[in-house]
Amino acid sequence: MDQALHQWVPFWPDTASNTGDVVNAIFIGLAAVAAFICLFNYGLVALFAVRYRQGSTADRSHRVQETWHWEIGWTAATLFAFLLLFVWGAGAYVWLYQPPPIANEIFVVGKQWMWKIQHPDGVREINELHVPLGELVRLVMTSQDVIHSFFIPAFRIKHDVLPDVYETLWFKPTKVGEYRIFCAEFCGTEHALMRGKVVVMDTKAYQQWLTAQPPTTSLAQQGEALFRQLGCSGCHGANSAVHAPPLEGVYGRLVHLSDGSTVRADDRYIHDSILLPESQVVAGYQPIMPSFAGQIGEDDVFKLIAYIKSLGESPRPVR
Amino acid sequence: MPALRPEIQYATLAQQSETAQLGMWVFLATEVLFFGGIMLAYEVYRTSYPAAFAAAMAESVIVIGAINTALLLTSSFTMALAVHWTAIGQPRRATGSLILTAGLGVAFLALKALEYYIDYQDHVVPRLGFEIHGVPRGPAELFWLFYFYATGLHAIHLTIGIVVLSVMIVHSWRQRFLPQSHNLLEVAGLYWSFIDIVWVFLFALIYPIGRVVS
Amino acid sequence: MTDVPVDFTTLPPERGTNYLTDEFTIRSWLFTTDHKRIALLFFASITVFFFVGGIAATLIRLQLLTPGGTLVGPDVYNRLFTMHGVVMVWFFLIPSIPATLGNFLVPLMIGAHDLAFPRLNLLSWYIFSLSGLIVIYAIVAGGVDTGWTFYTPYSSMFSNGHVIAAAMAVFVNGFSSILTGLNFIVTTHKLRAPGMTWYRLPLFVWGIYTTSLVMVLATPVLAITLGLMSAERWLHVGFFDPALGGDPILFQHLFWFYSHPAVYIMILPAMGVVSELIPTFARKPVFGYRGMTYALLAIAVVGFFVWGHHMFVAGISIYSGIVFSFMSFIVAVPSAIKVFNWTATLHKGVISFDAPMLYALGFVGLFTTGGVTGLMVATLAADVHLTDTYFVVAHFHFIMVGGTVSAYFGGLHYWWPKITGRLYNRSAAIIAALLTFFGFNLTFFPQFILGYLGMPRRYFAYPPVFQVWHVLSSAGASILAVAYALPMFYLGWSLLYGKRASANPWDATGLEWLTASPPPKHNFEVTPTVVRGPYDYEISEDGRSYARPQA
Repeated sequence: MDQALHQWVPFWPDTASNTGDVVNAIFIGLAAVAAFICLFNYGLVALFAVRYRQGSTADRSHRVQETWHWEIGWTAATLFAFLLLFVWGAGAYVWLYQPPPIANEIFVVGKQWMWKIQHPDGVREINELHVPLGELVRLVMTSQDVIHSFFIPAFRIKHDVLPDVYETLWFKPTKVGEYRIFCAEFCGTEHALMRGKVVVMDTKAYQQWLTAQPPTTSLAQQGEALFRQLGCSGCHGANSAVHAPPLEGVYGRLVHLSDGSTVRADDRYIHDSILLPESQVVAGYQPIMPSFAGQIGEDDVFKLIAYIKSLGESPRPVR
Repeated sequence: MPALRPEIQYATLAQQSETAQLGMWVFLATEVLFFGGIMLAYEVYRTSYPAAFAAAMAESVIVIGAINTALLLTSSFTMALAVHWTAIGQPRRATGSLILTAGLGVAFLALKALEYYIDYQDHVVPRLGFEIHGVPRGPAELFWLFYFYATGLHAIHLTIGIVVLSVMIVHSWRQRFLPQSHNLLEVAGLYWSFIDIVWVFLFALIYPIGRVVS
Repeated sequence: MTDVPVDFTTLPPERGTNYLTDEFTIRSWLFTTDHKRIALLFFASITVFFFVGGIAATLIRLQLLTPGGTLVGPDVYNRLFTMHGVVMVWFFLIPSIPATLGNFLVPLMIGAHDLAFPRLNLLSWYIFSLSGLIVIYAIVAGGVDTGWTFYTPYSSMFSNGHVIAAAMAVFVNGFSSILTGLNFIVTTHKLRAPGMTWYRLPLFVWGIYTTSLVMVLATPVLAITLGLMSAERWLHVGFFDPALGGDPILFQHLFWFYSHPAVYIMILPAMGVVSELIPTFARKPVFGYRGMTYALLAIAVVGFFVWGHHMFVAGISIYSGIVFSFMSFIVAVPSAIKVFNWTATLHKGVISFDAPMLYALGFVGLFTTGGVTGLMVATLAADVHLTDTYFVVAHFHFIMVGGTVSAYFGGLHYWWPKITGRLYNRSAAIIAALLTFFGFNLTFFPQFILGYLGMPRRYFAYPPVFQVWHVLSSAGASILAVAYALPMFYLGWSLLYGKRASANPWDATGLEWLTASPPPKHNFEVTPTVVRGPYDYEISEDGRSYARPQA
């Protein structure tokens, strides 16, 4: 299908993921409908313009007086066609934006004006994202400063990244190669230079690439080092004199807050606990935790989350 | 002497009068969207942070708020009285009523200024020594931001209303408003009443809700 | 009752003064309350801003000829596209048809001597001019680089442009919009001539009326939104700052709650103009008059419920996305009805191809293309790929420029004899109209391709693989620039040397054609009495078409 497209439309862009195939199909469907409507309409206008031009001898008697049945007819047809397109697009959107359970999470931080990528095994990349062919990947993304947007045209996916929020994208690469990453939300002077590339490699090449990377500890291990370095264990450690919530097994658990509400301890919760601690205080504890905003970046927060997750995860309820 | 002929685009004085009032109603519709937009944004945050907003609201000076509400409601009454006196040909009483209305408006503003000063002393002015206890600071500060934004805009509208009233007072004093033709006064009355209604909504959002919860 | 068709085209021009020659002093212009003069004041102002925005566009297209982007640096480029958007949206497109053609024609078309509130009308122009001065200050002082959308936190906490000045310019401009809209609503309700019922109103008046409803209800929300953003920037208090519990997405919701209806403010008057042009030049009543009025109302109302389609990838919930996509498809239906009705109006008409008709037909084509691509971006899964790319840029330029600007030029050419009392060179106008259509397509169609290929918006430089499309687009832009400049010459020439126009050179049916060209100061010596609906064109047995005027 992709080859046929490239043959007929020489400038057709690369499609390199399962998500891309789905969007291609929808776009081609839309383009067909659009072309039909345009040709039909332009054609009629041209036909009438010629046939009924001033001075032509076409029959102009019996002009349509009752217009209602025509109008109801084409309104109904239009509505029906539009609703079909809507359902098709909505269904695919739900599929695109609701990632299936995926083990391989890669963390992305957008900041003026670069993309920082962290793999769970600790490999770091700047403006590049290496992924193995045929495996599901889930991106967890945030921004360090302003709103950016992570866009991979060849995968036909995009999502804005905002400060203090985690957004996700997922895909399965289906073609080896290098594909552009763009920032798609205006973010300042060098917005246009905030580009990168996704490198899809077959399994063997990917393993080789991994082993060629500088040795590093895993994200969780880096998080543990940070945990000690920043003094977190001083309060949250086992022998601490300070009354602070224990973190073993907290990830994924329901937490009761001091204002009476209950939240699940997900990535966002842990992020906010570190950077905006006074916004959510666990019931039964004092709001004495200092904020680390400004001291550590979003990429460091990912490490801490990975570490806390490694301390034990409560199973999420099945939806 | 005021003109007894309608402007050229109108067939009758009655048409001119109805048109002026319709115009004011359309303008008030824009004001509904204006203040409504602010209130909607406020509600979005309030439902996100109920505890913080309740704690922040508890610091508002309800006594002044309540007195101000009474002042404005009374002023709407005196405004309506002024229109009534004019319509039945009692210009002196009308003028007196208008002066009273403006006076109540000025009293509102004076109490508002006092309230702002008390708020400053209570450390609830954002960015100027803001403090709050027991709840996260951020959302509490958000409440107070909205408070100053909304009441500030309301105060500007009220000031404009007082200026308009001053003009009305002069007109009325010079007996320029006739029983059968006093468009400007009716339209000013509509505006004044609307500012009053906006205040009633703001009052409900700013003062009592938090106290009921806590 | 016998209806003898009156041949208005052969009446001699009126003796006596008209609204232009009534008084010549500057004071009589700057303190006028005559809606026709105020229309010309607005015409002068928005033409200035059309050039300002056009210069920005020229520089943008020159920059994008090469991928390296060496004409201007990134900071200047970012300010250029921002000012292009701000100026074109608020200082050209929104006031264009309502404040010029609307101001001039609405009282004439309904048989009134002026608008309901003439002084408010003049105030609207002064407020517009004030806002214009503020925006020029913002440009000259160094400009803004946030994009016309002013997204936080970049605008409120990071940008080093003159954000507050630009925001204040737009804020003040909003009052002008509101006053103009208010005037039209009240005028349409209260000042219709005897016999002019709602369903006898020309569709142009319906277009202006529905536009005014949107203007009046949507603009206040923009005012408070820009106020909140400016407060955040000036006072460093975070309405939309996550660190304080705020939400930048709330800014987007508030901004687009206005800005989506704003695009309907830009298109509804254009649709009204087209509905005047096609019946006149096809010598046939518009197909489905009532359907057309309901469509205008439906677009105005439903247009308030689709704003979230600008935010499908912004981080709103999937369910919000679904609702907004659904509503976006619904709002497309009345637009489609209008296109079908215009096409059906041509059927069995007697069609001539003067410049106004060419612009109108151009509108129908370009609006259709823009509209079907609107379907594409309304489709959720497709929009994930297409949003924030040149596809969207192409889509809205097809509607705003291919649509609104074409209709504006068409209306200008149609009512030029009425406004100025002069006829212009027919062939020159036809050439300009054709050149516009061709230049426009060449400029913006390649941008659809660029968008699907993945070229993002607001990029001062780009990967070389996109260059061929950018070159095509810039080439088209140069043609479009000529096409837009041409009318200046032959219309200007007509003011001095054009033949004088009769009251009804097009043999059309509206009330505006029953008075002299140019009209006298108070429009009609006697208020007309309306006896029939608009567009009463008929064909007699011998094939001659004739028109029955409304009064």
